[in-house]
Parts: sequence; C-alpha cells; structure tokens
Amino acid sequence: MKPQPFTYHAPQSRPELFALLGALEDARCIAGGQSLMPMMNLRLAAPAHLVDLNGIADLAGIRVENDRLVIGAMTRQRAAEHSALVAETCPLLTKALDHVGFQQTRNRGTVGGSVAHMDPTAEIVTACCALDADVVLEGPDGERRMPISAFNTGYLSTSIAPGEILSRLEIPLWPAGHGSAFLEVTRRGESFSVVSVAALVALDAEGAIARAALAVGGLGPAPFRLHAADASAGRPADDDFIAALGAEAAMLPADGDFSASDDYKQHLAGVLTRRAMRAALLAAGARHD
Amino acid sequence: MTDAIIDTPTAGIAGAIEIAMTVNGVERRAMAEPRVNLADFLRHRLGLTGTHVGCEHGVCGACTVLVDGVSVRACLMLAVQARGTEVRTIEGLCGADGALDPLQAALSEHFGLQCGYCTPGVLMTLAELRAELAGAPVTEAEVRHKLAGNLCRCTGYQGMVDAALAVLNAPVGILAPEPMR
Amino acid sequence: MTAHAKVRSDAPSAGLGRSEARLEHGPLVRGKGRFIDDISLPGQLHATFLRSPVAHGRITRIDITAAAALEGVRAVLLYDDLRPLLTAPRVPVSMPSGAIRFDVDPFVLSRDEVCHVGEPIALVLADSRHVAEDALGLIELDIDPLPPVVDPRAGLAEGAPRARLDCPDNLVARTTAAYGDIDAAFAGAPVVLAEEFHLSKGGGHSIETRGVVAAWDEAARRLTVWDSTQMPHRAKRVLARALDLGEHEVRVIAPDVGGGFGPKFVFHPEELAIAAAAMLTGLPVKWIEDRFENFFSTVQERDQFWTVEVAAGADGRLRGIRGVLIHDHGAYSPYGMALPYNSATNLIGPYVLPAYRLDISLCLTNLMPSTPTRGAGRPQGTFVMERLLDRLAERLGLTRDEIRQRNLIRPDQLPYPTGLFTRDGGEMTYDSGNYPESQRRALAESGWHDFEPRRAAARREGGLIGIGLANYVEGSGRGPFESGAVSIGPSGQIVVTTGACAQGQGTVTMLAQLAGAALGTPAEKVRVIAGDTAASPLGLGAFASRQAVTAGNAVHLAAEQVRAKILRVASAWLNAAPDELELDDGVVRVASDRERSCPVSRIAEALAGSPGFSLPLGVEPGLSAAVDFQPPGLTYCNGTHVAEVEVDAETGVVRVARYVVVHDCGRLIHPRMVDGQVIGGVVHGLSSTLYEWMRYDDEGQPLTCTYADYLLSTADVTPRIEIHHMESPTPLNPLGVKGAGESGTIAASAVIASAIEDALSPFGVKLRDLPLTAARLSALVRAAGGAA
Repeated sequence: MKPQPFTYHAPQSRPELFALLGALEDARCIAGGQSLMPMMNLRLAAPAHLVDLNGIADLAGIRVENDRLVIGAMTRQRAAEHSALVAETCPLLTKALDHVGFQQTRNRGTVGGSVAHMDPTAEIVTACCALDADVVLEGPDGERRMPISAFNTGYLSTSIAPGEILSRLEIPLWPAGHGSAFLEVTRRGESFSVVSVAALVALDAEGAIARAALAVGGLGPAPFRLHAADASAGRPADDDFIAALGAEAAMLPADGDFSASDDYKQHLAGVLTRRAMRAALLAAGARHD
Repeated sequence: MTDAIIDTPTAGIAGAIEIAMTVNGVERRAMAEPRVNLADFLRHRLGLTGTHVGCEHGVCGACTVLVDGVSVRACLMLAVQARGTEVRTIEGLCGADGALDPLQAALSEHFGLQCGYCTPGVLMTLAELRAELAGAPVTEAEVRHKLAGNLCRCTGYQGMVDAALAVLNAPVGILAPEPMR
Repeated sequence: MTAHAKVRSDAPSAGLGRSEARLEHGPLVRGKGRFIDDISLPGQLHATFLRSPVAHGRITRIDITAAAALEGVRAVLLYDDLRPLLTAPRVPVSMPSGAIRFDVDPFVLSRDEVCHVGEPIALVLADSRHVAEDALGLIELDIDPLPPVVDPRAGLAEGAPRARLDCPDNLVARTTAAYGDIDAAFAGAPVVLAEEFHLSKGGGHSIETRGVVAAWDEAARRLTVWDSTQMPHRAKRVLARALDLGEHEVRVIAPDVGGGFGPKFVFHPEELAIAAAAMLTGLPVKWIEDRFENFFSTVQERDQFWTVEVAAGADGRLRGIRGVLIHDHGAYSPYGMALPYNSATNLIGPYVLPAYRLDISLCLTNLMPSTPTRGAGRPQGTFVMERLLDRLAERLGLTRDEIRQRNLIRPDQLPYPTGLFTRDGGEMTYDSGNYPESQRRALAESGWHDFEPRRAAARREGGLIGIGLANYVEGSGRGPFESGAVSIGPSGQIVVTTGACAQGQGTVTMLAQLAGAALGTPAEKVRVIAGDTAASPLGLGAFASRQAVTAGNAVHLAAEQVRAKILRVASAWLNAAPDELELDDGVVRVASDRERSCPVSRIAEALAGSPGFSLPLGVEPGLSAAVDFQPPGLTYCNGTHVAEVEVDAETGVVRVARYVVVHDCGRLIHPRMVDGQVIGGVVHGLSSTLYEWMRYDDEGQPLTCTYADYLLSTADVTPRIEIHHMESPTPLNPLGVKGAGESGTIAASAVIASAIEDALSPFGVKLRDLPLTAARLSALVRAAGGAA
C-alpha cells in the first residue's frame, strides 16, 4: 500500500502556490492529509504532483471578526477543538470536533481539509451546515465566497476550481445564551458516523423559539437543513416542535449502504434530531434561567 | 540469524531527495522518495524498527509517533513533511541510561501487552496524554477515549488502561506502579 | 523419549500458580522486538502479488512486458515460472480428512482458474516495495468471468454454478455428528422448538499482517525462511515437500509474531511462492502483506446457517437436538473439516443431551477459504445451544439459570463421555470440572439474583438494561504431541527448546517458569528457544489452546529428568542421598550442610565428556532431556459468562456494562497470563459479536477491506472483564493443566445475545443472526413495533 510516484512541491507563499497550481497538470493539494494519504496509500488517488499547503503562512489561525468566527483552512482540528475562542463563541463546533477521527488524526488533520474533502460523514461539515458557514476560496485572481450549502457538488466533490484552494471558513456567530448539541450514531464508539445531527437554538424573552437551525449529515453527499427549524421563529419550544423536526428528518431522502440501510439512516435522522434539539433547548434554557 | 540491516535498496532510488529531521534528539538524514511515509522512513531508512505498521490507512495506531510533541499516524504523514521537525519514537522513550520510562515499566507490570506489536503506538499515545495532563488526574473513561485510536487484538485493553491509570494518577514522586495483584 | 502420561503426579510442580514477570516484555516495551518486517537481508528483493480482481473466472491473457521493463523490477513470475521448482501442481496443505471429497489444495499462483478475489496470480520482485507495487499496475490481465458462488445455501442447490470447475459440485464435504436415538427423543416430546440461525464470525486480524523473508544459500543448499507463522515446523514440512528438499535443507524461523489468532496456523500459497522465488533468483526475497490485501488473501472465519430443533421434557430437561448445518468453506481447503466439526461438537456444552444429530454440509464458495480463528467454530455451537435453552426457558416459564441448572452435567457424572468422537477419532469425554458450581459462582459474583431492582431503577431513568448467561466447555490441548527439551551445558546456562511457538501468549515465560521451578533457578535466567525448526527437530505449534498442556508438560517432565540426573551425580560427589540435596540457582547443596555443594555447571562439564575419560557413574552423556509429550486426549476447560448490557432501543447501540467470567482451566501455571488470555479472548468474542462483519457483494467482491469498514473493538467500547478462577485439575497430564487461549471467546456471542434479548424483552425481539450490529438491532425493534 504505497502511493504512486509524484512530484512533491512545498510552496512557501501564496504567489508561489498559485503559480504552481496554475502551471501543473494533475496536481493535488495536501493539507493535513488524513483523508488524502489513505487514498493515496490505497492508490485510489494518484496525483502526478502533490502541493503541500503546510508551508504557507497565514492559512492557519482562529479569530473573531465582525461577529464571525474565522477559521483558517490549515488550522489543525485539534487546535480548533481546544480553542477557548471556539468554545466560547461557537460551542457547537467544539462538540462536533470531539467526534472527528482520533486524536492522532485531529493533531494533523485540518478544519479546511475536512470541508474540502467533503466526506458525507464529516462532522465538521454537518456543524458548518447548521451554522450557515461561508466557505472562502482563494485563487490567483483573489477570493470568492459561497455558503457551505452551495459548496458541495456531489459525493466527495466541491466547487473548488482548478487553481484554487479553500482559504478559510467564516461562521456567523449565534447570540450568547444560545443552545447547541451535536449527536451522532457510529457503528462502534469512535468511528465514522452513520448519521450526525447538529442543532442550534436561541430562545426569545418569553422562552419561545427566536431562531433554530438543524443539519443532518450522513444521508447523502452533503448534510440537509431542516425547514421546520429554519421556519421556527416564534414557535413554542415544546414537544410538538421537537416532534415536527423529527418527523421531517425521518422523511429526508437517504442513500443506504451495506452497513446502514436507507430506512435505518432515516430512522436515525429522526431519533437524533429529536434528541439533539431537546438537548440544545435544554442548553439554551439553562442559560436563559 | 543475520543481523538486521537498514533496508536501503542497492540500486539508486529514482527521485530520492535528502530528508533531515531530529529523531529522539539526534539529527538524522537519509535519502528517500517523496512518496515514502514517515513510518517507512523511520523503519527502513533510519533503522528504527520500533515504530510498527499495521494498516497504512490511519486506523490501527501501531505507527503512532510524536512529531513536535503531538501524536500523529506516521503512515499518514510523508517523511518529507517531517523535515526539520522533532520526532520522538518508542526508541526515544527510555532514559539516556536505558532505564524504562514509567509508562513502559507500568505497561510491563500490568501486563498491558502480549504480542507487543501495538505496544509502541500505545506508549506514544500515552506519552502524549501524560504531557497534556501535566499532572492532573485522569479517569478510566478518559484513558479509554484516548486509547480508542490504538487497536490491540491481544489484551482487551485492560492491562494498558490499568497501567496508564497507575502512572498518570500516581502521587508525585512515585514512578513505578504497584502490580495488579 | 515419549511420555504417555495418564496419571498426575501427587506433588504438583513448584512452578504452578506463580505470576512471574513476563520475560517477553523487556524488548517489546523498548521497541526492540524483532518482527518479520524488522528483518532485512543484504540485497533482498521486495515482493508483491498481483491478485485476482474477480471472484471467479478463467485467465485468458497475462502480459507482463511493461511491468518487467519498469526500472527497478527484477522479475515478474507466473505459475509456469515456479512450477519447475515444485514437486506437484498444488500446495500440499490439506489436513487428512476422509470427509473431504475433492482435492482443493491451492496453487502457488493461479494456473488458469481464479476462485476468489485476491487469489495470487503473479509475483513481482523489485528493488523496493514501492516499485514492486508500481509494476502491478502495468501487468495486463484478461479474465473471462465465471458465475460465482457466494451463498453456500445457494451453492448446494440443484443446478447451482460450480465454484471450481475442477470439482463436480460444491459439496466439498458432508459429515454427521450424532449419537443416541434421535427419533425416539423427539417422538412424543412435550416440548419441541425449531429455530434458524445465520452466524457470521469475524476473522483473526492480528495487528501484524503476514510476512515472509526467504533466503536460499546455493552453496550450502540451505533454505532459510523467516515466517510470521504459528507453526514453523509444519511450514518447514510443506516447504521441503513442495520444493523437493531434505528436512536438513530447510529451516523456518518464526521471529516475534505480532499476533496469530488462527490464520497464521494456515500455510498460505505466498509462503511457498516467496521461498521458491528466493531459490529461483538466488537472492533473498521479502514479502510483507499489506492490510488491504490481508482482507482478501488471509484466511477468515465466516458464515454458518443452522436449522435446528430441540426436544425437551415438561421439566425443561433436554431430550434431543437435531438439525442441519451449512458451512461456507470458501474456495480452497487448507484446514479440512475442523471448523464446522468444532461447532457441532461444542454445541453440547456442559449439558446432558441424551440424543443428537447434526448433518453438516461444507459448501465451496468463491470467497476466501474459511478456517479457524480464535474460538475455531466453537462459539457458534455454544451460541446455538444457549439460544435454544433461553427459548425453552421462555416456553416453560423457567428462569434462564434454572433451565441450565436442570441440564448441567453433575460433578459425579465426570468423566463424562458425550457420545461423540473428536476429529482424531478419540472419544469426546469431559475429564474434570464442576459445571454447576461454575454457574453458581458466576450468578453470585455478577449479582444475577439482584438484577430486577437494577432493571427497574434503569427503567425509571429511561434506560433499557438486560443480563445474560451462558455456559460452555472447550476441548483444549490437542495432540498428537509437543516437544520440549531442557539442557544445561558447561556454561551452566539452562536452555529450553520447544516445538511450541508463541504469538503473544507468554509461552516463553510459562516454559521458563516450569523449567526454572524444577531446577531451582529463577525463570528470568532460563533461556527458551521457541519457533525455530533448527532448535527442535519436531514440533507442531500454536493451535487448539494447546501449548501449556502439551509443551508445558513436555518441558516440565524434561526438566524433572534433568533435575534427577543432577541429583544423581551430585549425590555421589557430595556423598549424600538425592533427597538430602537441594538445587539453588545453579548450585547443588546438601540441605543440612550448605557448605557441601557443587555447581551444576561442573556436573554439566563432566557429562559433556573429556576425550578418553569415562562419564561419572556411567550416566548417559549430556545434562539434558527431551520429551515429546503426548496428551492421551483433549482436556476440557469450562466456564460461565454473565454480561449486563444497556441497549438504546431507538438506535440499536449496545453498551456492555459489566462482564463476569468464571473460568476453570485446571491448575494455573501463571495466573496473570491466564487472565490475559481469557480477557483477550472475551474481547475478541465481543468484537466479533457486535462489530466485525466481513461483507461481500453478490459478485463475491469484498466490501470491508479497511479498519474503517471492518471494525475491531476499541478501548472506549470495551468493558472491564472480571475473572474468577476455579481449578479442577485434569487427570490427563502431570501438571493438571488445561488450555486457556481460546476459551474466552466461546461464550461471548451467546451471553451478549441473551443479555440483549433480555433488555429488549418489552419488544419481544428474538436474536438469530450474528453479528448483532446496531443497524440490525434497530431493525428488529422497529419490526417488532417498538421505538417509533
């Protein structure tokens, strides 16, 4: 299980990087490599050129800017998981990161790499979908951005154009006191999720829903958002609300596979949706008190 | 038995480049193709065969080493990406005098290994945990969570969990744990 | 010499019951072990295999031109290149069995027909592993696909496609396990229950894959093979026979082996191919299996389909069990009948079963050959019996412990002939144990009788918990023999050599402890050489939970003989009776006058002889003894497992909350290593029960070829295993010991199924299939109308 030969490039600056990406045929960028390296070892990926992003300054880092949490693409998952800033401003992401891979892969794997790889089971993607994250792409001619909902173009494919890289994620912050939960079912403890759910909710002064968002990952190439959550402002935060979310989630289309049938995935989507929103509401309520 | 030799092909390696890094405190350099991963580089270019390879897709954890202090899968990192880093392997866990690290001693005391193949990866994972804890106590559930990235087929994990708890929760100044019974 | 011991010595060895430090640990915790991929020879070539991409087909064209021309490639070898070195077209691996109808030994490389995905077709030798893999992609291969057999039930049906064109049908073997009057047992029985089970068992999955390094010394005519194997002596025999070499021309060494668990007992075609390639090229050749190919090149254990009926009295006492077992045998037959026959015989367990008939059919399929992994078919038999007992208990309104209690063989019934025969033709007779006490202790230690309040408390918190119970026996210590020799040379060093071979069991420590105890020397000063055919002329290796029984007794007896020889010479030299002497770390002393002493090394020196001088007292030359211990029959260990589980009925996720084992493997040599074997076995069994599942599609393509898809139990989901020992010594060997290596696996599936069914009793869910994945459990609960 050794990769095919490739030419290795380690650009140290953006101009150098974009010049390389513009000139090379069959090039692939490597960030943390925790998904790409297994694929290369198995020869499922065999680029002629490997362009290493690890030497580019300023691609990593976490900051808050204009009520948005900005996470550089090369930020290690482990750094984000342990970031006090992330925990304080976006606890949902902290909770999701705890489920990503293993510590040894989070130490090397990057937040941007996970989003760019777009594995259907990727927890970071599910969380970003609930959070309405923007994906910022960067190329030789500058930046462009898109909502993460527009980023996916099919299984393991994205809108990153040739010559571009994913530069950072920008996550609009939820108000202080909001509640969140991240739940998943795996086939065994810490392993790939079968279905994952990210839930966010903020309550108004009367305890009704001010705003809610819920994303379900693992059913198809990219997570689904629940309309019943998006359109919930003003609803009472009660069991009916939770049941309505669960019912919608259980009706989402799912692609089954040999280890989890489509109806099992749909069933899990319903179960986890109810549980996650209940947990998020509890968290929001607890802060409200 | 013939002594092990460093596994460098007799013919020149097409496309090989020089790769230098600090391994267990010593600067090491060798030629390797860019496609050679860190585990193979350590094992077959530097002759440090203590780091084991069990899956080459990042799940089993046998190849776990520390790079600049944090645990990584050496099968999921190219050697060329480790240029200029400080790498620590199982061979560097013993003291300079060859004395066992308390984690090694405890793993032995608690029978936390049988065939020994996963052992180097387990020890490097626990070494990182010890550094992270910096003396703070740890629960069994936390140790098991931490070890979830290291597959062992022999021990059922019990001895290695006990070893970790004994060392990591030992009162300051007590290095060697008591045997299980 | 040969020892045919039937009577246990009155004084058990001083080597028993002591948990010495494990001698294996030192190098392993330092990263200084020497595993197969740590061995590199000057000038060695690296090998990879081109493997069949289809489950069944006929090779129509192979073009190696481009691969052979790649820089760094030294050779690309096909069947026809290796055939001239071989004495026969096929690799002579099969075990003798009259029931096997066809010659389905594998070929060293495919000759024309490929019969499973992964079958080796071509062998690439290159200067590096990387280049060898590059070359694989350059070999052009055309295969005409043939219809595959992937389900053994379909494979046995009329008009099924043939899994192998060289066999007239797919029924590779049929046999029956039977005794008693089964028709009478069912006629008029107050209770008859029928059940069907589909049991899939996981593989071996040692974390070290397989690997071979071979070197041929043309001048010395000597083939040396380092092999990550459980059975170097058998590998040597196969290699010598296949390559037309004398026994003196082949040496096989098992270095540190990173786990075995069954598959490394089987001789695989790659072992012969690599040795032949070394002879052909004159250069050392190294092959390390990678994990991906391990899933389709290393033997597995897989599927069984059971259709059974049980007859019982109104009191719950068993009258008979009958049924049919269809066993997926895979594409080749490197292990004969052992696997399904173990399932059939282990079904009986520690119970009085007056009549039994199981018709067993082995079906060839176009999947990996199926051979034993830890537990070796026994967990399936135990699963079936224990499920049937739970069903009977429910039908009759008895508790699960009561129905077992009523059927357990009582101690006064031992030795208990079951009525069956073991595969080597001996009577299957349980030798010793106390099965009711085992169950009683397990129930007491686990708080079985206090469970209902716990269940009620969990319910109040919304939790669904359950408790399960299972009993089992395991025939261990399989013969025909194992070799052990003890020698002391003029250096005074005690050296133990054995045909046993270890993959983590602690065999070296166990043998050092036994020899050291007999010779008054600390275990750490005894050198044990295991796993090297040059060290021991005979040997069998690791299988059937046998090495403590066979090698342990061999070394124990040999060491006692050496001790007697030491004392005989010392008695004359020190002018004291042998029973007045004591052996103290290399020195013989007169107990009452410790100044009168002589070093053992001097006795060894004298017995090594000096030119022209007679040996003292006319004793035989050399301070050494060799014993090939032949156990007179299998010795049966037993145990009871109780598990508590928590089930999330909505998701199907199971958490094993508590696991209690009462275990009886006779006298314990090294209690902590026995604990380690039992815990490891239990966790292997749990892993197989809850997570592991080798999946294939309808075309025979394997679907689970990484550890992301094929899941092994990890530390976070593994419970702490609590072990309580009983010690019922066996009369079948001098030490009174039984095997323990596989025992832990055997009841795991049964007890977990019992516990999950108990937890899900509000839904009336019945478990019939393994593994018990979350997806499966959720589907069963939903089908039962539960958990909207």
